[in-house]
Amino acid sequence: MSATENIPRLTRMGRFLRDYPIIPLIILLICLIATLEFLRPGIVNERWIGNTIKFAIPLAMLAACQTLTMLTGGIDLSASVAATISAFVMATQVPIVGAPLAICIGLVPAILIGLVNGFGVAACRVHPLIMTLGTGLIATGCLQVYQRFVIASGSVVPEGLAWLGTGRTWGMPNALLVFVPFAVLIIWAQRRTGFGRLLYALGSNETAARISGVRSWQVYLALYALSGLIAGVAGLIYVGLIKAPSLSLVNPLLLPSVAAAVIGGTSIFGGRGGYAGTIVGALILTVLGTLLTLMQIPEGARRIFFGLIILAVTTVYIKLTDQS
Amino acid sequence: MTSDTPLLHASGVSKRFGAVVALKDASLTIKKGEIVALMGANGAGKSTFVKVLTGALKRDNGTVKIHGADQHIGSPGAARRAGLVPVYQEPSLIPDLDVADNLALGNTPVEPFLHWVEALGISGLRLDDMIGNLPLATLRILDLARALASEPEVLLLDEMTAALPTDLVEKVLAVVRGQADKGQAVIYISHRFTEIAEICDRATVLRDGETVGDLAIADGVEDKVVELMLGAALGAGPAVAEASARPTGVPRLDVHQLRAGTRLADVSLQLFPGEVLGVVALEGQGQDELFDAIAGMIRPDGGTMAVNGKEVRFHHPADAIAQGLTFVPGDRAEGLLMQRSVHENIALPMLARMRNWGAIKMRREASKVRDAVARMQIDIRAQGEVQRLSGGNQQKVTIGRWIATGVETLLLFDPTRGIDVRTKRQIYGLVRELADQGAAVLYYTSELAEVPAACDRAVVIFQGRVVDVIPADRADEQTLMRAAYGLTNAHEVPA
Repeated sequence: MSATENIPRLTRMGRFLRDYPIIPLIILLICLIATLEFLRPGIVNERWIGNTIKFAIPLAMLAACQTLTMLTGGIDLSASVAATISAFVMATQVPIVGAPLAICIGLVPAILIGLVNGFGVAACRVHPLIMTLGTGLIATGCLQVYQRFVIASGSVVPEGLAWLGTGRTWGMPNALLVFVPFAVLIIWAQRRTGFGRLLYALGSNETAARISGVRSWQVYLALYALSGLIAGVAGLIYVGLIKAPSLSLVNPLLLPSVAAAVIGGTSIFGGRGGYAGTIVGALILTVLGTLLTLMQIPEGARRIFFGLIILAVTTVYIKLTDQS
Repeated sequence: MTSDTPLLHASGVSKRFGAVVALKDASLTIKKGEIVALMGANGAGKSTFVKVLTGALKRDNGTVKIHGADQHIGSPGAARRAGLVPVYQEPSLIPDLDVADNLALGNTPVEPFLHWVEALGISGLRLDDMIGNLPLATLRILDLARALASEPEVLLLDEMTAALPTDLVEKVLAVVRGQADKGQAVIYISHRFTEIAEICDRATVLRDGETVGDLAIADGVEDKVVELMLGAALGAGPAVAEASARPTGVPRLDVHQLRAGTRLADVSLQLFPGEVLGVVALEGQGQDELFDAIAGMIRPDGGTMAVNGKEVRFHHPADAIAQGLTFVPGDRAEGLLMQRSVHENIALPMLARMRNWGAIKMRREASKVRDAVARMQIDIRAQGEVQRLSGGNQQKVTIGRWIATGVETLLLFDPTRGIDVRTKRQIYGLVRELADQGAAVLYYTSELAEVPAACDRAVVIFQGRVVDVIPADRADEQTLMRAAYGLTNAHEVPA
C-alpha cells in the first residue's frame, strides 16, 4: 500500500470526490438547509420540504435530459421547448379528444423533436449544441402557428395531472409517484444496461467505442428520442403544477436544468457523472432559490448571487476532481 | 575562412524528453556542395536531430557551428537567418489560406517560388488556390519550393519523396543535386537506398541517438549502413520461438491486392489459423492503412478480403468484429475509455450490439472480466479510472477486451510500443498461447527483434507493397532491416 501513501492528500481527496461525487453535494445541500433554518428558525418543516421537492421534480426531470446527453459529450437545449410543446398541445387537445388521448398526442411532438435532434447529431454530425438550439427555435415557431388554430377551443389541465402536480399524500407531493420510479430507472439504466454504458463510452472516447463495434448513430438516435420523451413527461408534470399553459411555460427551467447537471458532477465534456448527482443538484438550486428569496434581496442582486454561487460551486468542484 | 571549413558542424548534441533520451551524442558535418544522407532505424533520433538543428527544439548539450562559428539557434526563425531551412515530413502550409497568403506569412519572395514550382514539375498553380484543395504531392512540392526560394545554405529534407509519384521524385532529385552543384549543402533523410545512392555523397548513421558512422556512398554501402543501424543487437536477438508447422488449408484471412489512401499500394497476404504473422515496415509504408482497412476503420480503394474463404466488405468495425477480426490500435489512447474503469473497458465490446442494450447480466459479465484480467495478469490495484494505470497495464486492457469475448483473429498494431520488458514478454507468451488455441494473429511491430520472438513468419512491406515474406528462423534483424529498406532481389516474392 506504499503506492497510495506517496500520493498527495489533495490528489487523493480529488480522486475520492471523483469516485463518489455525491457526498460533497449532499453536505452542501445540508449546509444550505441549515443556513436557511438559522436565518428563519422553524421554516424547515414538513410543508416546506414537500414544497421544495414539488418544485425540484420538474427541474430534476428536465435535468435528466441534460445529464444523459452530457454523458456522451452533448447537450439538449430543445428540452424546455419539447416540454412546453407537450404541455401546451396536451392542454389544448383535452377539450377536443379527452384527457387520456390528449396526453398521448402531447408526447408525440416531444419525441419527434428528439428524433430530429438524434438524426442531426448522428447522421449529419451537427454539434448537439447547435442542433438542439436549432430544433428548439423551429419547434417554438411551429407552436406559435399551432396556437392560432386552437385558439378558439381553449385549454384545460386534466384533473389527474393537477393532482399529480400539486396534490399531496401524507404531506409528500404526489409527483413522487412518477419521479421515484423514474429516478430509480435512470440510475439503474446508466450503470446496469448496455445502453447506459454506451453513453459513457461514447462520451469518453468515440473512437474506442467504434473500434469495439459500437455503431454510434444508433445510440445517438435513441438517446435524443429518449431525451425528448423525458422532456415531454416533465412538461406534463410541470403544467399540472403551474396550471396555466403558455408558449414559454418551461423555458425558464432550461438553464437551471443545465446547471443542475453540472453542479451534480456531470462533465459537459462527456464520460463522467450520473443522475444521482443531478437530483441533488436540482435540490440545491431549488433551496438556493428559496434562500435568496427569503433574504429579501432585490431581484437583480438575487440573480447576481445565484449566478456567482453556481460558478463558485462548479469551479471548486472541477478544481478538486481534476487532481488526477 | 578556407574552403575546408565545414558549412555546418554539429557535435555531441544531446536531447532528452523527461526520462527518455532521444539524442545522446549526435554529430554531423557538411561542407559546401555536399549532400549527406542522415540514416537510422525507427526511433534512432533522426527527426529530433533535424528539429534541434533547425531550432524547433532546444538542445541540452553539444555545439553547432556554422561557417566555423558557434551559433546559438534558439528558434526556427534564427535557423532560417543562419541559412538552415527545413522541409519537414508533414506539410507545413496552412490549409485555410491560399498560396499567396501562405507565402506572405513566411515572407517568401513570390517570383523565385514560382520559378521553383515550375522547375519541380508542377504547372498551372494559381496564387489564389486554397492550400486545403491541393493534393498532398503538390503540397510537398510547394513546401520544397518555398524552402528553395529563401536560398538556403543548408537545406534539410525529411522524407521529402515519401508521398510523391515517380515523375515528381525524379524532378526533386534533379533539383536537389542542382543545389549541391551550385555549392549549397543538403541534409537528406530517406528510407530509400536507391535515391540515396543516386544523389548523396556521404551517409551519416544514427543509432539510439548516437552518431555511429559516416560513410562515403559507394557500391555495397547498404550492407554497412544496415550493420551500423543495428549495431550490437546483431546476432544477439532473443531466442527464436518454436515456429509451428507450415500452415495449410483455408486461410483465416486472405487479403488480395489491397489498396488504400496514398500509401497502401498493393498488399496481398494470407493469415492462417494457429499462426502469428508478423508485419514489418518502416514508418509510413502503408501498414497503418492496411490494419485500418482490415479492421473496418477505413474502406479500401481496391482489392479484396476474404475471411475463411468467403469474400467480405466492411463498412464499420462492427462488420469486421462480426467476422471475428478484432483490432488493438497502436495508440492506446485511441482504444481506451481513459475515464472509465478496467471493468467497463473490458466489457465494452460485449454491449456494442443493439440486442445487448438491455439489462446487463452482471454476474456473467463480472466473471468474464475477471477471467480476462487474470489471463492478462492486469494489475488492478489502482482502482478506478484506466488513466491511472501504467502503460503496460493499459495495453493489457485493450487486448483483454477481446480475450473476454473469445479471440478468432487478432490484429495487433505495435502492441509493445513504450512498455516494459516484463510486459512485453507476457504479451509474446499470450500471443503464442492464443495461436496455439487456434487463433490467428496479425502482428505489426516497429521493433525488429520482436519478430523472431513472437512471430512464425513476417511479411515485409515497403512503399505500400509486400517485398518479402521471411520465416521466423531466418528473421534476424539484418535480413529484416535489409528487406524493410527494399533491398531484396535475392529471391522471388510470393504473390
